[in-house]
Amino acid sequence: MRTLYVRGAALVVVGLVTTCVPAAAQNAASPQQGADAQALRTAIDELKRDFEMRMASLEARLAAVEGGQPPAAAAAPPAPATAAAPAASPAQQATADVPPGAAGASGPSGALPVYGAATASSKVFNPDIAVIGDFLGVAGANDRQPDPVGPGSQPRSLQMHESEASFQAVVDPYARADFFISFGESGVDLEEGYLTLTSLPGGLLTKVGKMRAAFGKVNSLHNHVLPWADRPLVTNSLVGGEDGISDAGFSVARLIPNPWIFLEATGQVFRGDSGPDEQPLFRAAERSHVSYVGHMRGYHDITENANLDFGFSYSRGHNTAGEGTPAAGDFTTNLYGVDLTYRWRPLSRSIYRSFVGRSEIIWSRRDQPDGLQAASGYYISGDYQFARRWFAGIRFDRSDRAATASLTDTGASALVTFWPSEFSQVRGQYRRTNYADGPSANEFLFQFQFSIGAHGAHPF
Amino acid sequence: MKHTMSLALAFVLACGSLAQAQGKLNVVAATEDLASIGREVGGDRIAIEGIARGYQDPHFVEAKPSFILKMQKADLLIVVGRELEIGWLPPLIQQSRNSRIQPGADGYLDASLTAQILEIPTGQITRAMGDVHPQGNPHYWLDPENGKRVAKAIADKLGQLRPNDRPYFEQRLADFTSRLDAAEKRWLAMVAPYKGTKVVTYHRSFPNFAERFGLNIVGYVEPRPGIPPTPQHTLDLMNEMKRQNVKIVMVEPYFDMKTPNAIGRDTGAQVLVVPPSVGGVKEITDYFKLFDYDVNLLVDAIKKVGAQ
Repeated sequence: MRTLYVRGAALVVVGLVTTCVPAAAQNAASPQQGADAQALRTAIDELKRDFEMRMASLEARLAAVEGGQPPAAAAAPPAPATAAAPAASPAQQATADVPPGAAGASGPSGALPVYGAATASSKVFNPDIAVIGDFLGVAGANDRQPDPVGPGSQPRSLQMHESEASFQAVVDPYARADFFISFGESGVDLEEGYLTLTSLPGGLLTKVGKMRAAFGKVNSLHNHVLPWADRPLVTNSLVGGEDGISDAGFSVARLIPNPWIFLEATGQVFRGDSGPDEQPLFRAAERSHVSYVGHMRGYHDITENANLDFGFSYSRGHNTAGEGTPAAGDFTTNLYGVDLTYRWRPLSRSIYRSFVGRSEIIWSRRDQPDGLQAASGYYISGDYQFARRWFAGIRFDRSDRAATASLTDTGASALVTFWPSEFSQVRGQYRRTNYADGPSANEFLFQFQFSIGAHGAHPF
Repeated sequence: MKHTMSLALAFVLACGSLAQAQGKLNVVAATEDLASIGREVGGDRIAIEGIARGYQDPHFVEAKPSFILKMQKADLLIVVGRELEIGWLPPLIQQSRNSRIQPGADGYLDASLTAQILEIPTGQITRAMGDVHPQGNPHYWLDPENGKRVAKAIADKLGQLRPNDRPYFEQRLADFTSRLDAAEKRWLAMVAPYKGTKVVTYHRSFPNFAERFGLNIVGYVEPRPGIPPTPQHTLDLMNEMKRQNVKIVMVEPYFDMKTPNAIGRDTGAQVLVVPPSVGGVKEITDYFKLFDYDVNLLVDAIKKVGAQ
């Protein structure tokens, strides 16, 4: 309102000046009139300068108030360069002393999305955007798995494994949206894209969209927050590999109040398509073939430096057994999982030392035309941070194969990870895999990860 | 102060049960500093708890699910802002299932909005500069003037949430402000003789403290914010310290002492562990003791190196 008024006044002044100038030029014949016009012009010029100065400083102040952040002041006033304007804006930039009027008011300053990090007011509503690159290389032979992290049959020594773009923002007072779009070397995949309803009654945290299911720990993690360059054997054999249980559907999670621990129950319903095309986990042949995931998570602080995180998971969906026969779609897979994570991080040395031990055991009951295949597998791993930017880890793997439970693969890995900064990471992993039906593989994986854009949350 | 404390205690004892019946306002603060200021203003009408401990790096707090339980019940969340908590608070808020404390809601207070913020970057910024905070340095609470501004913001917010208690909060705010005024005069008098003392700090945690108490920060142990010390930078820093005769190194309690101690040995500087937050050491139990401790530590050290 106020700027409008000031702008209007300035327009009137400018209009007055422009109409006066030709009039003065036409009447220049009389010296008396000329002098009068000259005086008038000086007066108007002075008035104009005064107005422009006031307007510039007012606009700068207004921008500071509206933006809540002074860099806006630099971008805001397109005002003519008067002596006042440059003097006003650096002062604003240096200290950002928000005028007292703006203090606790629930006006735009209070409602500003604090983590939006945008500098010009036109951009404040843009989502937080980040891109995470994941480059992966492998040395050593492996006949059974030519792609070190995927089910593909093409050998891949070096690959730009994934470029994940994330877009995250608050939708309205009731919801926020998160999109994670994963670009492979060829092809794009919506890794996740969901709406989270943050203010439903009854303490329900509800998500709608495509998401990684809450089955155990590893399944819900994106590649770049894994403590390894690959995923455990048991994930690849029983839970759909890198894609995992990731599908379109609904998720509802509720905290279960109790006086002892943090307890959260999650229930999810999906379309019923999960796992890579080469080795699908769930496939829906009919609309009614939805898949379910149930998860119960417990968490307890043992001390302020150590805590225990544990969970039970269940999932059920239709598999592809008997494809091409009339019985196709009649077979289901039931998955059961137990996960346990122990974390230790001394608070006062939290940026230098930490340890995370984790394990998941998974049981698969896969119906097939030739009978039920009861497979199981587990991984157990430990990661120790021995300096601010250095981590060392080991992992043991063992898993039966989902469709042929009599075949058991085992493996072991040793890793070193270095973080040049919070935004990049270099990792080396030695991996030995003993296949039930083929020669063992000794491989060395190396990985570069790097992130640009908005500062994401640290994984926990 | 002792008087007010005992007065407050008596008040708590007298009205404790009554306030319980009305239901205290549940407040969660991101740090113990904000919790301490909130406690001064809110008195016994609120129950307030900090999340990050004073002896832990506030940039790297873990988003533990136990914090979700605290935030689920909160009527008000007070954050430091300026992206200090960007690595851990957003997921906690999101999972809190609490619409009252979502950013933009009435129960969300960014304490930095009314504070004086330093080091707001101008021009192009990139992460080549390290972990820069694009909205300015978030360690602003280390200036008592900002403490008063934050207290005012909290009092206004509490008054907005509990209009009936507004006079109570305003009275407590006035009391806090006048006590802080008196204490600030005392602290300023203590440091006045040493105005312009050159210091080096580990991280950029002390610009507001330095400006208020007349220190001149000439360098940092970190080559860039969030990047640990490198040999070359440490060498350059030691040469610069010798050239400018810098005799004080200030280190936050959560950083490794190896490099600062090496700098101290080489340059003869005093290496001080200066807690930037309430709870940084056991003795610092509130916002007043934070400055008591830090100012005393600093003045003693300056006297000592001056005597050498």
